[in-house]
Amino acid sequence: MSRPEIEIRELYKSFGDNEVLRGIDLEIGQGEVSCVIGPSGSGKSTLLRCVNLLEEPTKGQVFVGGTEVTDPDVDIDAVRRRIGMVFQQFNLFPHLTVTENLALPQRRVLGRGKAEAARVAAENLERVGLSEKATAYPSSLSGGQQQRVAIARALAMGPEVMLFDEPTSALDPELVGDVLAVMRMLANEGMTMMVVTHEMTFAREVADRVVFMDGGVIVEDGTPDQVIAHPRHERTRHFLSRLLDPAMANVEEETSDQVGGKSE
Amino acid sequence: MTEVTVQPKKKGLTRRQKRRVSRGVQYVVFVGALVALAVGADWDRLQNQFAQQDIAEQMFPDVITLALKNTVLYTVSGFLVGLVLGMVLALMRLSSVGPYRWIAGIYIEIFRGLPALLIFIFIGVAVPLAFPGTEIPGGTYGKVALALGLVAAAYMAETFRAGIQAVPKGQMEAARSLGFSPARAMVSIILPQAFRIILPPLTNELVLLFKDSSLVLFLGVTLEERELSKFGRDLASQTANSTPILVAGLCYLLVTIPLGFVVRRMETKAQEAVK
Repeated sequence: MSRPEIEIRELYKSFGDNEVLRGIDLEIGQGEVSCVIGPSGSGKSTLLRCVNLLEEPTKGQVFVGGTEVTDPDVDIDAVRRRIGMVFQQFNLFPHLTVTENLALPQRRVLGRGKAEAARVAAENLERVGLSEKATAYPSSLSGGQQQRVAIARALAMGPEVMLFDEPTSALDPELVGDVLAVMRMLANEGMTMMVVTHEMTFAREVADRVVFMDGGVIVEDGTPDQVIAHPRHERTRHFLSRLLDPAMANVEEETSDQVGGKSE
Repeated sequence: MTEVTVQPKKKGLTRRQKRRVSRGVQYVVFVGALVALAVGADWDRLQNQFAQQDIAEQMFPDVITLALKNTVLYTVSGFLVGLVLGMVLALMRLSSVGPYRWIAGIYIEIFRGLPALLIFIFIGVAVPLAFPGTEIPGGTYGKVALALGLVAAAYMAETFRAGIQAVPKGQMEAARSLGFSPARAMVSIILPQAFRIILPPLTNELVLLFKDSSLVLFLGVTLEERELSKFGRDLASQTANSTPILVAGLCYLLVTIPLGFVVRRMETKAQEAVK
Protein backbone atom coordinates (compact mmCIF):
# COMPACT_ATOMS: atom_id res chain seq x y z
CA MET A 1 0.00 0.00 0.00
CA SER A 2 1.35 3.39 -0.97
CA ARG A 3 1.96 6.20 1.41
CA PRO A 4 -1.08 8.22 2.53
CA GLU A 5 -1.61 11.44 0.56
CA ILE A 6 -2.16 13.47 3.72
CA GLU A 7 -0.53 12.44 6.97
CA ILE A 8 -1.00 14.37 10.19
CA ARG A 9 1.02 13.42 13.26
CA GLU A 10 0.55 14.63 16.83
CA LEU A 11 -0.70 18.04 15.71
CA TYR A 12 -1.21 20.83 18.24
CA LYS A 13 -2.28 24.41 17.61
CA SER A 14 -2.88 27.19 20.11
CA PHE A 15 -3.99 30.77 19.62
CA GLY A 16 -2.54 32.40 22.70
CA ASP A 17 -3.98 30.50 25.65
CA ASN A 18 -6.68 28.93 23.55
CA GLU A 19 -5.68 25.39 22.64
CA VAL A 20 -7.62 24.66 19.44
CA LEU A 21 -6.01 21.39 18.35
CA ARG A 22 -4.90 18.97 21.02
CA GLY A 23 -3.06 16.11 19.41
CA ILE A 24 -4.50 15.15 16.03
CA ASP A 25 -3.38 12.01 14.18
CA LEU A 26 -4.96 11.44 10.80
CA GLU A 27 -4.07 9.74 7.55
CA ILE A 28 -5.95 10.24 4.32
CA GLY A 29 -5.22 7.89 1.45
CA GLN A 30 -4.94 8.74 -2.19
CA GLY A 31 -8.33 9.29 -3.81
CA GLU A 32 -10.06 9.21 -0.45
CA VAL A 33 -12.85 11.67 0.32
CA SER A 34 -12.89 12.59 4.00
CA CYS A 35 -15.49 14.78 5.62
CA VAL A 36 -14.57 16.47 8.86
CA ILE A 37 -17.61 17.30 10.96
CA GLY A 38 -18.10 18.69 14.42
CA PRO A 39 -19.53 21.59 16.40
CA SER A 40 -18.27 25.11 15.69
CA GLY A 41 -15.08 25.82 17.57
CA SER A 42 -14.12 22.15 17.55
CA GLY A 43 -10.98 22.99 15.54
CA LYS A 44 -11.98 21.41 12.23
CA SER A 45 -11.28 24.50 10.11
CA THR A 46 -8.01 25.08 11.91
CA LEU A 47 -7.01 21.47 11.18
CA LEU A 48 -7.75 22.00 7.48
CA ARG A 49 -5.79 25.25 7.41
CA CYS A 50 -2.82 23.53 9.01
CA VAL A 51 -2.62 21.12 6.07
CA ASN A 52 -1.52 23.89 3.69
CA LEU A 53 0.06 25.92 6.47
CA LEU A 54 -2.32 28.86 6.34
CA GLU A 55 -2.11 28.28 10.08
CA GLU A 56 1.26 27.37 11.52
CA PRO A 57 0.93 24.42 13.91
CA THR A 58 2.33 24.87 17.39
CA LYS A 59 3.64 21.30 17.41
CA GLY A 60 3.47 18.22 15.24
CA GLN A 61 3.98 17.28 11.61
CA VAL A 62 1.95 17.39 8.43
CA PHE A 63 2.92 15.54 5.26
CA VAL A 64 1.25 16.01 1.89
CA GLY A 65 2.25 13.66 -0.91
CA GLY A 66 5.31 12.64 1.09
CA THR A 67 6.61 16.20 1.55
CA GLU A 68 6.73 17.53 5.07
CA VAL A 69 4.71 20.77 5.03
CA THR A 70 5.75 21.67 8.56
CA ASP A 71 9.49 21.51 7.75
CA PRO A 72 10.75 25.09 8.30
CA ASP A 73 12.97 24.81 5.22
CA VAL A 74 10.29 23.54 2.87
CA ASP A 75 9.39 25.63 -0.20
CA ILE A 76 5.86 26.22 0.99
CA ASP A 77 4.78 27.91 -2.26
CA ALA A 78 5.78 24.81 -4.19
CA VAL A 79 3.85 22.56 -1.80
CA ARG A 80 0.76 24.76 -1.96
CA ARG A 81 0.67 24.47 -5.74
CA ARG A 82 -0.22 20.81 -5.22
CA ILE A 83 -2.96 21.59 -2.70
CA GLY A 84 -6.12 23.32 -3.90
CA MET A 85 -8.18 25.16 -1.33
CA VAL A 86 -11.78 26.36 -1.41
CA PHE A 87 -12.95 28.87 1.18
CA GLN A 88 -16.28 29.50 2.83
CA GLN A 89 -16.26 33.09 1.52
CA PHE A 90 -15.11 32.09 -2.01
CA ASN A 91 -12.32 34.71 -2.02
CA LEU A 92 -12.42 35.27 -5.75
CA PHE A 93 -10.31 38.20 -6.92
CA PRO A 94 -12.95 40.91 -7.44
CA HIS A 95 -10.86 43.07 -9.78
CA LEU A 96 -10.44 40.24 -12.31
CA THR A 97 -12.94 38.55 -14.62
CA VAL A 98 -13.77 34.89 -14.13
CA THR A 99 -11.30 33.80 -16.81
CA GLU A 100 -8.59 36.05 -15.39
CA ASN A 101 -9.24 34.61 -11.93
CA LEU A 102 -8.37 31.21 -13.35
CA ALA A 103 -5.60 32.28 -15.71
CA LEU A 104 -3.58 34.74 -13.61
CA PRO A 105 -2.45 32.23 -10.94
CA GLN A 106 -1.43 29.76 -13.65
CA ARG A 107 0.66 32.38 -15.39
CA ARG A 108 2.21 34.00 -12.30
CA VAL A 109 2.74 30.86 -10.25
CA LEU A 110 3.17 28.05 -12.79
CA GLY A 111 4.68 30.23 -15.53
CA ARG A 112 2.23 28.99 -18.14
CA GLY A 113 1.90 30.97 -21.36
CA LYS A 114 -1.09 33.14 -22.08
CA ALA A 115 -2.70 30.75 -24.55
CA GLU A 116 -2.22 27.66 -22.42
CA ALA A 117 -3.53 29.37 -19.28
CA ALA A 118 -6.62 30.49 -21.20
CA ARG A 119 -7.16 26.97 -22.53
CA VAL A 120 -6.86 25.37 -19.08
CA ALA A 121 -9.15 28.07 -17.67
CA ALA A 122 -11.80 27.34 -20.29
CA GLU A 123 -11.56 23.59 -19.67
CA ASN A 124 -12.09 23.97 -15.95
CA LEU A 125 -14.90 26.49 -16.33
CA GLU A 126 -16.63 23.93 -18.48
CA ARG A 127 -16.13 21.26 -15.82
CA VAL A 128 -18.04 23.37 -13.29
CA GLY A 129 -20.64 24.32 -15.89
CA LEU A 130 -19.90 28.04 -16.09
CA SER A 131 -18.43 28.51 -19.55
CA GLU A 132 -20.90 31.27 -20.37
CA LYS A 133 -19.68 33.35 -17.40
CA ALA A 134 -16.08 33.51 -18.65
CA THR A 135 -16.04 37.28 -19.11
CA ALA A 136 -18.18 38.18 -16.09
CA TYR A 137 -16.86 39.78 -12.93
CA PRO A 138 -17.34 37.86 -9.65
CA SER A 139 -19.67 40.50 -8.20
CA SER A 140 -22.23 39.74 -10.93
CA LEU A 141 -22.39 36.03 -10.02
CA SER A 142 -24.53 34.28 -7.42
CA GLY A 143 -22.83 32.77 -4.40
CA GLY A 144 -23.12 29.29 -5.84
CA GLN A 145 -21.59 30.38 -9.13
CA GLN A 146 -18.77 32.18 -7.33
CA GLN A 147 -17.98 29.07 -5.34
CA ARG A 148 -17.90 26.93 -8.49
CA VAL A 149 -15.52 29.43 -10.08
CA ALA A 150 -13.38 29.21 -6.93
CA ILE A 151 -13.28 25.43 -7.31
CA ALA A 152 -12.36 25.77 -10.99
CA ARG A 153 -9.61 28.24 -10.07
CA ALA A 154 -8.10 25.72 -7.67
CA LEU A 155 -8.44 22.89 -10.21
CA ALA A 156 -6.73 24.92 -12.94
CA MET A 157 -3.52 24.62 -10.95
CA GLY A 158 -3.67 20.83 -11.29
CA PRO A 159 -3.69 19.98 -7.56
CA GLU A 160 -3.26 16.48 -6.14
CA VAL A 161 -5.34 17.29 -3.09
CA MET A 162 -8.34 19.55 -2.57
CA LEU A 163 -9.24 21.15 0.76
CA PHE A 164 -12.76 22.49 1.27
CA ASP A 165 -13.43 24.78 4.22
CA GLU A 166 -17.21 24.82 4.73
CA PRO A 167 -17.73 25.46 1.00
CA THR A 168 -21.52 25.71 1.20
CA SER A 169 -21.97 27.47 4.56
CA ALA A 170 -22.20 30.97 3.05
CA LEU A 171 -24.68 29.96 0.34
CA ASP A 172 -28.41 30.36 0.12
CA PRO A 173 -29.96 26.91 0.59
CA GLU A 174 -31.17 26.60 -3.00
CA LEU A 175 -27.64 27.18 -4.34
CA VAL A 176 -25.94 24.50 -2.24
CA GLY A 177 -26.84 21.68 -4.64
CA ASP A 178 -24.84 23.02 -7.60
CA VAL A 179 -21.67 23.27 -5.55
CA LEU A 180 -22.13 19.82 -4.02
CA ALA A 181 -22.69 18.39 -7.51
CA VAL A 182 -19.30 19.71 -8.62
CA MET A 183 -17.68 18.25 -5.50
CA ARG A 184 -19.36 14.91 -6.10
CA MET A 185 -18.03 14.92 -9.67
CA LEU A 186 -14.50 15.53 -8.35
CA ALA A 187 -14.88 12.73 -5.83
CA ASN A 188 -15.97 10.35 -8.59
CA GLU A 189 -12.92 11.35 -10.63
CA GLY A 190 -10.73 10.12 -7.80
CA MET A 191 -9.55 13.42 -6.31
CA THR A 192 -8.19 13.26 -2.77
CA MET A 193 -10.46 15.54 -0.80
CA MET A 194 -10.67 16.80 2.75
CA VAL A 195 -13.97 18.55 3.36
CA VAL A 196 -15.01 20.46 6.46
CA THR A 197 -18.77 20.56 6.20
CA HIS A 198 -22.16 20.57 7.85
CA GLU A 199 -23.79 18.84 4.87
CA MET A 200 -24.62 15.46 6.33
CA THR A 201 -26.26 14.21 3.16
CA PHE A 202 -23.09 14.90 1.22
CA ALA A 203 -20.98 13.25 3.93
CA ARG A 204 -23.20 10.18 3.95
CA GLU A 205 -23.40 9.74 0.20
CA VAL A 206 -20.04 10.92 -1.12
CA ALA A 207 -17.48 10.55 1.66
CA ASP A 208 -15.40 7.41 2.06
CA ARG A 209 -14.78 8.45 5.57
CA VAL A 210 -16.16 10.76 8.23
CA VAL A 211 -14.12 12.28 11.03
CA PHE A 212 -15.96 13.74 14.01
CA MET A 213 -14.03 16.35 16.00
CA ASP A 214 -14.89 18.00 19.27
CA GLY A 215 -12.80 20.11 21.64
CA GLY A 216 -9.68 19.89 19.48
CA VAL A 217 -9.48 16.10 19.29
CA ILE A 218 -10.81 13.45 16.94
CA VAL A 219 -13.64 11.72 18.77
CA GLU A 220 -14.74 9.27 16.12
CA ASP A 221 -13.37 8.24 12.75
CA GLY A 222 -14.83 5.73 10.33
CA THR A 223 -17.08 5.13 7.36
CA PRO A 224 -20.18 7.34 7.04
CA ASP A 225 -22.25 4.36 8.08
CA GLN A 226 -20.23 3.90 11.26
CA VAL A 227 -20.01 7.56 12.30
CA ILE A 228 -23.26 9.05 11.06
CA ALA A 229 -25.66 6.11 11.12
CA HIS A 230 -24.26 4.24 14.11
CA PRO A 231 -22.20 6.63 16.24
CA ARG A 232 -20.53 4.95 19.18
CA HIS A 233 -19.80 8.06 21.26
CA GLU A 234 -22.31 10.10 23.17
CA ARG A 235 -20.78 13.38 21.92
CA THR A 236 -21.20 12.29 18.32
CA ARG A 237 -24.79 11.24 18.89
CA HIS A 238 -25.54 14.50 20.67
CA PHE A 239 -24.01 16.58 17.85
CA LEU A 240 -25.78 14.64 15.12
CA SER A 241 -29.15 14.83 16.81
CA ARG A 242 -28.86 18.60 17.10
CA LEU A 243 -27.73 18.93 13.51
CA LEU A 244 -30.34 16.66 12.00
CA ASP A 245 -33.22 18.04 13.99
CA PRO A 246 -32.31 21.45 15.44
CA ALA A 247 -35.91 22.24 16.35
CA MET A 248 -36.00 19.35 18.85
CA ALA A 249 -33.06 20.56 20.96
CA ASN A 250 -33.63 21.46 24.59
CA VAL A 251 -32.24 24.48 26.37
CA GLU A 252 -29.09 23.28 28.05
CA GLU A 253 -26.90 24.48 30.84
CA GLU A 254 -23.53 25.51 29.37
CA THR A 255 -20.85 23.23 30.75
CA SER A 256 -17.25 24.31 31.06
CA ASP A 257 -16.44 21.84 28.28
CA GLN A 258 -18.65 23.68 25.83
CA VAL A 259 -17.51 27.14 26.87
CA GLY A 260 -14.05 26.32 25.58
CA GLY A 261 -15.54 25.49 22.22
CA LYS A 262 -17.27 28.73 21.43
CA SER A 263 -17.25 29.81 17.83
CA GLU A 264 -14.80 32.44 16.72
CA MET B 1 -48.26 49.38 29.05
CA THR B 2 -49.22 48.99 25.44
CA GLU B 3 -51.56 51.94 25.26
CA VAL B 4 -50.49 54.47 22.68
CA THR B 5 -49.45 57.74 24.22
CA VAL B 6 -50.75 60.59 22.14
CA GLN B 7 -48.71 63.75 22.41
CA PRO B 8 -51.06 66.43 23.65
CA LYS B 9 -51.42 69.13 21.00
CA LYS B 10 -49.33 71.93 22.39
CA LYS B 11 -49.95 75.38 21.24
CA GLY B 12 -47.06 76.97 19.43
CA LEU B 13 -45.00 75.60 16.58
CA THR B 14 -44.64 72.00 15.51
CA ARG B 15 -41.16 70.64 14.95
CA ARG B 16 -41.45 71.06 11.23
CA GLN B 17 -42.49 74.67 11.57
CA LYS B 18 -39.65 75.37 13.99
CA ARG B 19 -37.20 73.88 11.50
CA ARG B 20 -38.53 76.14 8.78
CA VAL B 21 -38.25 79.26 10.90
CA SER B 22 -34.73 78.38 11.96
CA ARG B 23 -33.71 77.75 8.34
CA GLY B 24 -35.22 81.10 7.33
CA VAL B 25 -33.26 82.94 10.01
CA GLN B 26 -30.03 81.30 8.83
CA TYR B 27 -30.61 82.44 5.25
CA VAL B 28 -31.34 86.00 6.34
CA VAL B 29 -28.16 86.17 8.44
CA PHE B 30 -26.06 84.74 5.58
CA VAL B 31 -27.44 87.10 2.93
CA GLY B 32 -27.14 90.01 5.36
CA ALA B 33 -23.46 89.27 5.94
CA LEU B 34 -22.81 89.08 2.19
CA VAL B 35 -24.56 92.38 1.54
CA ALA B 36 -22.65 94.06 4.38
CA LEU B 37 -19.36 92.84 2.89
CA ALA B 38 -20.31 93.98 -0.60
CA VAL B 39 -21.46 97.40 0.51
CA GLY B 40 -18.64 97.93 3.00
CA ALA B 41 -15.78 97.05 0.67
CA ASP B 42 -14.07 99.75 -1.37
CA TRP B 43 -14.54 98.20 -4.80
CA ASP B 44 -12.75 100.92 -6.71
CA ARG B 45 -9.53 100.54 -4.78
CA LEU B 46 -9.80 96.76 -4.90
CA GLN B 47 -10.20 96.87 -8.65
CA ASN B 48 -7.29 99.27 -8.94
CA GLN B 49 -5.03 97.01 -6.97
CA PHE B 50 -6.16 93.56 -8.10
CA ALA B 51 -7.88 93.79 -11.45
CA GLN B 52 -5.88 95.95 -13.85
CA GLN B 53 -6.62 94.55 -17.24
CA ASP B 54 -3.47 95.82 -18.97
CA ILE B 55 -1.22 94.32 -16.26
CA ALA B 56 -3.09 91.05 -16.45
CA GLU B 57 -2.68 91.02 -20.23
CA GLN B 58 1.06 91.50 -20.11
CA MET B 59 1.37 88.35 -17.95
CA PHE B 60 0.32 86.21 -20.87
CA PRO B 61 1.47 83.90 -22.28
CA ASP B 62 4.31 83.44 -19.74
CA VAL B 63 2.01 82.77 -16.81
CA ILE B 64 0.78 79.68 -18.62
CA THR B 65 3.73 78.54 -20.72
CA LEU B 66 6.30 79.11 -17.98
CA ALA B 67 4.78 79.50 -14.51
CA LEU B 68 1.88 77.06 -14.71
CA LYS B 69 4.02 74.61 -16.66
CA ASN B 70 6.70 74.69 -13.93
CA THR B 71 4.11 74.33 -11.17
CA VAL B 72 2.69 71.24 -12.85
CA LEU B 73 6.18 69.87 -13.49
CA TYR B 74 7.25 70.33 -9.84
CA THR B 75 4.03 68.81 -8.58
CA VAL B 76 4.08 65.76 -10.83
CA SER B 77 7.75 64.99 -10.18
CA GLY B 78 7.25 65.39 -6.42
CA PHE B 79 4.16 63.22 -6.59
CA LEU B 80 6.02 60.44 -8.40
CA VAL B 81 8.87 60.47 -5.87
CA GLY B 82 6.29 60.44 -3.06
CA LEU B 83 4.40 57.60 -4.69
CA VAL B 84 7.41 55.29 -4.91
CA LEU B 85 8.83 56.23 -1.51
CA GLY B 86 5.39 56.13 0.12
CA MET B 87 4.76 52.65 -1.24
CA VAL B 88 8.09 51.41 0.09
CA LEU B 89 7.36 52.98 3.49
CA ALA B 90 3.87 51.45 3.61
CA LEU B 91 5.23 47.98 2.87
CA MET B 92 7.93 48.50 5.52
CA ARG B 93 5.26 49.62 7.96
CA LEU B 94 3.29 46.42 7.36
CA SER B 95 6.37 44.20 7.37
CA SER B 96 6.81 41.43 9.90
CA VAL B 97 10.41 42.62 10.38
CA GLY B 98 10.53 44.87 13.43
CA PRO B 99 13.30 47.30 12.38
CA TYR B 100 11.56 47.99 9.05
CA ARG B 101 8.39 48.92 10.89
CA TRP B 102 10.26 51.20 13.29
CA ILE B 103 12.22 53.01 10.60
CA ALA B 104 9.08 53.62 8.56
CA GLY B 105 7.18 54.74 11.65
CA ILE B 106 9.86 57.23 12.66
CA TYR B 107 10.12 58.61 9.13
CA ILE B 108 6.37 59.09 8.88
CA GLU B 109 6.11 60.80 12.27
CA ILE B 110 8.94 63.21 11.48
CA PHE B 111 7.99 64.20 7.96
CA ARG B 112 4.30 64.42 8.71
CA GLY B 113 5.01 66.62 11.70
CA LEU B 114 7.32 69.14 10.01
CA PRO B 115 6.07 72.05 7.91
CA ALA B 116 6.90 71.53 4.24
CA LEU B 117 8.66 74.89 4.31
CA LEU B 118 11.30 73.59 6.73
CA ILE B 119 11.94 70.60 4.50
CA PHE B 120 12.55 72.90 1.55
CA ILE B 121 15.00 74.97 3.56
CA PHE B 122 16.67 71.81 4.77
CA ILE B 123 17.07 70.49 1.22
CA GLY B 124 18.28 73.88 -0.01
CA VAL B 125 20.78 74.55 2.78
CA ALA B 126 21.64 71.47 4.80
CA VAL B 127 22.16 68.97 2.01
CA PRO B 128 24.78 71.05 0.13
CA LEU B 129 26.55 71.64 3.48
CA ALA B 130 26.55 68.00 4.46
CA PHE B 131 27.67 66.68 1.10
CA PRO B 132 29.81 69.41 -0.43
CA GLY B 133 30.37 69.06 -4.16
CA THR B 134 27.47 66.71 -4.70
CA GLU B 135 24.64 68.01 -6.79
CA ILE B 136 21.12 66.72 -6.56
CA PRO B 137 20.49 65.54 -10.12
CA GLY B 138 18.10 67.71 -12.09
CA GLY B 139 19.11 70.96 -10.40
CA THR B 140 16.17 72.87 -8.99
CA TYR B 141 13.74 70.37 -10.48
CA GLY B 142 15.50 67.53 -8.68
CA LYS B 143 15.53 69.43 -5.39
CA VAL B 144 11.84 70.25 -5.61
CA ALA B 145 10.96 66.69 -6.57
CA LEU B 146 12.95 65.46 -3.57
CA ALA B 147 11.55 67.97 -1.07
CA LEU B 148 7.94 67.56 -2.18
CA GLY B 149 8.43 63.80 -2.47
CA LEU B 150 9.81 63.51 1.07
CA VAL B 151 6.79 65.32 2.47
CA ALA B 152 4.26 63.54 0.28
CA ALA B 153 5.73 60.10 1.00
CA ALA B 154 4.90 60.37 4.69
CA TYR B 155 1.24 61.07 3.97
CA MET B 156 0.99 58.62 1.09
CA ALA B 157 2.56 55.83 3.16
CA GLU B 158 -0.34 56.06 5.59
CA THR B 159 -2.82 56.15 2.72
CA PHE B 160 -1.25 53.09 1.12
CA ARG B 161 -1.20 51.25 4.42
CA ALA B 162 -4.89 51.92 4.99
CA GLY B 163 -5.65 50.81 1.42
CA ILE B 164 -3.70 47.57 1.73
CA GLN B 165 -5.35 46.81 5.05
CA ALA B 166 -8.77 47.48 3.55
CA VAL B 167 -8.37 44.53 1.18
CA PRO B 168 -10.01 41.53 2.91
CA LYS B 169 -7.65 39.05 4.55
CA GLY B 170 -9.16 36.24 2.47
CA GLN B 171 -7.59 37.69 -0.68
CA MET B 172 -4.08 37.13 0.61
CA GLU B 173 -5.04 33.68 1.90
CA ALA B 174 -6.53 32.70 -1.45
CA ALA B 175 -3.43 33.91 -3.29
CA ARG B 176 -1.07 32.13 -0.91
CA SER B 177 -3.09 28.91 -1.12
CA LEU B 178 -2.70 29.04 -4.92
CA GLY B 179 1.08 29.15 -4.46
CA PHE B 180 1.76 32.88 -4.81
CA SER B 181 4.78 34.06 -2.82
CA PRO B 182 4.01 36.93 -0.41
CA ALA B 183 5.62 39.49 -2.74
CA ARG B 184 3.85 38.17 -5.86
CA ALA B 185 0.51 38.10 -4.05
CA MET B 186 1.05 41.69 -2.94
CA VAL B 187 1.87 42.90 -6.46
CA SER B 188 -0.65 40.84 -8.47
CA ILE B 189 -3.61 40.60 -6.12
CA ILE B 190 -3.52 43.02 -3.17
CA LEU B 191 -2.06 46.24 -4.60
CA PRO B 192 -4.37 46.44 -7.65
CA GLN B 193 -7.32 46.30 -5.27
CA ALA B 194 -5.75 48.71 -2.78
CA PHE B 195 -5.09 51.22 -5.57
CA ARG B 196 -8.77 51.39 -6.41
CA ILE B 197 -9.58 52.11 -2.79
CA ILE B 198 -7.01 54.88 -2.37
CA LEU B 199 -7.34 56.65 -5.70
CA PRO B 200 -9.52 59.45 -4.28
CA PRO B 201 -7.30 60.24 -1.25
CA LEU B 202 -4.26 59.97 -3.49
CA THR B 203 -5.67 62.59 -5.83
CA ASN B 204 -6.34 64.81 -2.84
CA GLU B 205 -2.66 64.49 -2.00
CA LEU B 206 -1.90 65.67 -5.54
CA VAL B 207 -3.94 68.81 -4.95
CA LEU B 208 -2.10 69.50 -1.68
CA LEU B 209 1.26 69.06 -3.42
CA PHE B 210 0.15 71.36 -6.18
CA LYS B 211 -0.22 74.15 -3.64
CA ASP B 212 2.92 73.21 -1.70
CA SER B 213 4.96 73.57 -4.89
CA SER B 214 4.81 77.34 -4.25
CA LEU B 215 7.43 76.77 -1.53
CA VAL B 216 10.03 76.37 -4.25
CA LEU B 217 10.76 80.09 -3.94
CA PHE B 218 12.69 79.30 -0.76
CA LEU B 219 15.20 77.34 -2.81
CA GLY B 220 16.14 80.35 -4.91
CA VAL B 221 15.19 79.83 -8.53
CA THR B 222 16.21 81.37 -11.84
CA LEU B 223 13.76 83.28 -13.98
CA GLU B 224 13.14 80.21 -16.08
CA GLU B 225 12.38 78.04 -13.06
CA ARG B 226 9.72 80.24 -11.50
CA GLU B 227 6.33 78.76 -10.78
CA LEU B 228 2.97 80.48 -10.30
CA SER B 229 3.40 82.02 -6.84
CA LYS B 230 6.93 83.31 -7.42
CA PHE B 231 6.00 84.53 -10.88
CA GLY B 232 3.00 86.38 -9.54
CA ARG B 233 4.92 87.98 -6.67
CA ASP B 234 7.77 89.09 -8.90
CA LEU B 235 5.44 90.76 -11.34
CA ALA B 236 3.47 92.28 -8.50
CA SER B 237 6.53 94.03 -7.15
CA GLN B 238 7.67 95.09 -10.64
CA THR B 239 4.35 96.70 -11.43
CA ALA B 240 3.60 97.79 -7.87
CA ASN B 241 0.19 96.24 -8.34
CA SER B 242 -1.37 93.03 -7.04
CA THR B 243 -3.18 91.97 -10.20
CA PRO B 244 -0.57 89.27 -10.97
CA ILE B 245 -1.31 87.63 -7.59
CA LEU B 246 -4.98 87.36 -8.51
CA VAL B 247 -4.16 85.93 -11.94
CA ALA B 248 -1.76 83.39 -10.42
CA GLY B 249 -4.45 82.42 -7.92
CA LEU B 250 -6.96 81.88 -10.72
CA CYS B 251 -4.40 79.66 -12.49
CA TYR B 252 -4.22 77.40 -9.39
CA LEU B 253 -7.98 77.11 -9.34
CA LEU B 254 -7.92 76.33 -13.06
CA VAL B 255 -6.25 73.03 -12.14
CA THR B 256 -7.49 72.26 -8.62
CA ILE B 257 -11.22 72.69 -9.27
CA PRO B 258 -11.39 70.20 -12.20
CA LEU B 259 -9.16 67.85 -10.20
CA GLY B 260 -11.55 68.03 -7.25
CA PHE B 261 -14.38 67.27 -9.63
CA VAL B 262 -12.53 64.20 -10.88
CA VAL B 263 -11.95 63.01 -7.30
CA ARG B 264 -15.64 63.23 -6.49
CA ARG B 265 -16.47 61.31 -9.65
CA MET B 266 -14.01 58.59 -8.66
CA GLU B 267 -15.41 58.42 -5.13
CA THR B 268 -18.91 57.86 -6.46
CA LYS B 269 -17.64 55.21 -8.84
CA ALA B 270 -15.66 53.47 -6.10
CA GLN B 271 -18.77 53.35 -3.93
CA GLU B 272 -20.77 51.85 -6.78
CA ALA B 273 -18.09 49.22 -7.31
CA VAL B 274 -18.19 48.19 -3.64
CA LYS B 275 -21.94 47.68 -3.85
